[in-house]
Amino acid sequence: MKDIAIVAYQQSDSVSDAGAVNEVELIMPVLARTFEQAGLNSAQDVDFVCSGSCDYLQGAAFAFVSGVDALGAVPPIKESHVEMDAAWALYESMLKIRMGHADSALIYGFGKSSPGDLPTVLSQQLDPYYLAPLWVDSISLAALQARLMLDKGLITERDMAEVVSRSRRNAMNNPHAQLSGDISVEDVLAEETFLSPLRKADCSPISDGASAMIIATVDQAKAWGLPYVVISGIDHCIETHNLGMRDLTDSVSTRMAANHAGMNAGKVDVAELYAPFSHQELILTRALGLDKETQVNPSGGVLAGNLMMASGLSRIGEVFNRIVKGEAQRGIAHATSGPCLQHNLVTVLEKGENA
Amino acid sequence: MSDEQDEITVINAPVYLKYNFTAGKAPARYLTQLKKGVLTGQRCPKCSAVYVPPRGSCASCGVATEEEVELSDKATVESFTIVSIPIPGNPIEPPFVVANLVLDGSNISLIHLLSECVNEDVHIGQRVQGVWNPESEWDYSMNNIRYFKPIDEPDVPVEKIGTLPVTGLEG
Ligand SMILES: [Zn+2]
Repeated sequence: MKDIAIVAYQQSDSVSDAGAVNEVELIMPVLARTFEQAGLNSAQDVDFVCSGSCDYLQGAAFAFVSGVDALGAVPPIKESHVEMDAAWALYESMLKIRMGHADSALIYGFGKSSPGDLPTVLSQQLDPYYLAPLWVDSISLAALQARLMLDKGLITERDMAEVVSRSRRNAMNNPHAQLSGDISVEDVLAEETFLSPLRKADCSPISDGASAMIIATVDQAKAWGLPYVVISGIDHCIETHNLGMRDLTDSVSTRMAANHAGMNAGKVDVAELYAPFSHQELILTRALGLDKETQVNPSGGVLAGNLMMASGLSRIGEVFNRIVKGEAQRGIAHATSGPCLQHNLVTVLEKGENA
Repeated sequence: MSDEQDEITVINAPVYLKYNFTAGKAPARYLTQLKKGVLTGQRCPKCSAVYVPPRGSCASCGVATEEEVELSDKATVESFTIVSIPIPGNPIEPPFVVANLVLDGSNISLIHLLSECVNEDVHIGQRVQGVWNPESEWDYSMNNIRYFKPIDEPDVPVEKIGTLPVTGLEG
């Protein structure tokens, strides 16, 4: 089986409102920087392209198709799309390469969440049959989950505030972060609750932006002469849509995906976890059994900026950046989708030659 | 009331979501000119194709379009259809003609209505011109042009459709 590696990753700044730009205008500068990093000219230079986005964010059917305008699709390219975070576009691209249908792929994700009421939009997006008629928004569901954790004595509000404080401080070194600053646990605890027990600081912000990545077989990466990071494992698992049948204080599907992806085959220097709410970082850290050996969310994670449909890919990109910079040898990236961490993907990344 | 309840097989769950839609920087420039009664496109710096309405990129080359070019309100019929079935919510009474029109100076068609014509005589290559609403009614909308109507100019050969300069066939 061909080993697959990441050779380039870029993301836009995470901003609360991208203003007048449309999705194409949001994507194009990020793609241009990604091609430049890989020494390529355009999507014509890779074998496959896969994007992740969500038409509900734009409020228009087939809105994702217009994203293709950013690619340069003449002569025709091989292109696909997932109505999900682009971390799953990476998964599809890896299958494409593993099947021998491509040696390289461009993956991009984009989301302009500012035009709509994101928590409500998300309540309608994934499950049109069971929960959608109740209009339970994503923050309210997360608040119920946090309440369960607190009432069972599994976490304290201080634990949650510690996650927020560390995120904001780490984000001071992340040039693309939306929220960063030297904020103490006491500062967070002094904030009034927003949707009890959640404070606004416990919730990831509404963000606009995009990210992009180029992957290739290790042979292709070597031929290009690029530093690369090997994707040694990837898997995803999903739990039932019925919240009442899930243990919301654990993330069984994350643990399963991590085991299948081979996380425990070596030391984990760094972990980027897609935790849109502070208590969810605690759930994920425990579900994965991460200890002090592992640096969690050195980028600040999504509490510092949450690009819907791109943040999962960005977690993988952040670990890629750490390994390329020599700050880590091996790391894992996690992506999530659905209410209360319903659907989870784990990627294991390892230093390749030249990286 | 009976104790027996019918099995529920259907529920109504209407969805209303409100959005603050933005057209994009390139379409916003286009709409701003349109409010002044001017049709504009954007030219690709790589392949020179002129897009109208511009979306901010050349879909062929995948590069940003910046240069703004003024277009004519004269156009050529690239293709068309005669609509005979009423469309719910559409106030126009069938039969009417919807056409792909290439404005002089641009390389890609836009869709608009054809009127003041004999529907059966509409044909590919036919020359048409926009019929504008009164200036007082102009808005950020393609509805500033009520429809296009045939004009007395020679047909454009099929192979030349989409290549005319802003000055038209003779120019
Ligand atoms: Zn072009």
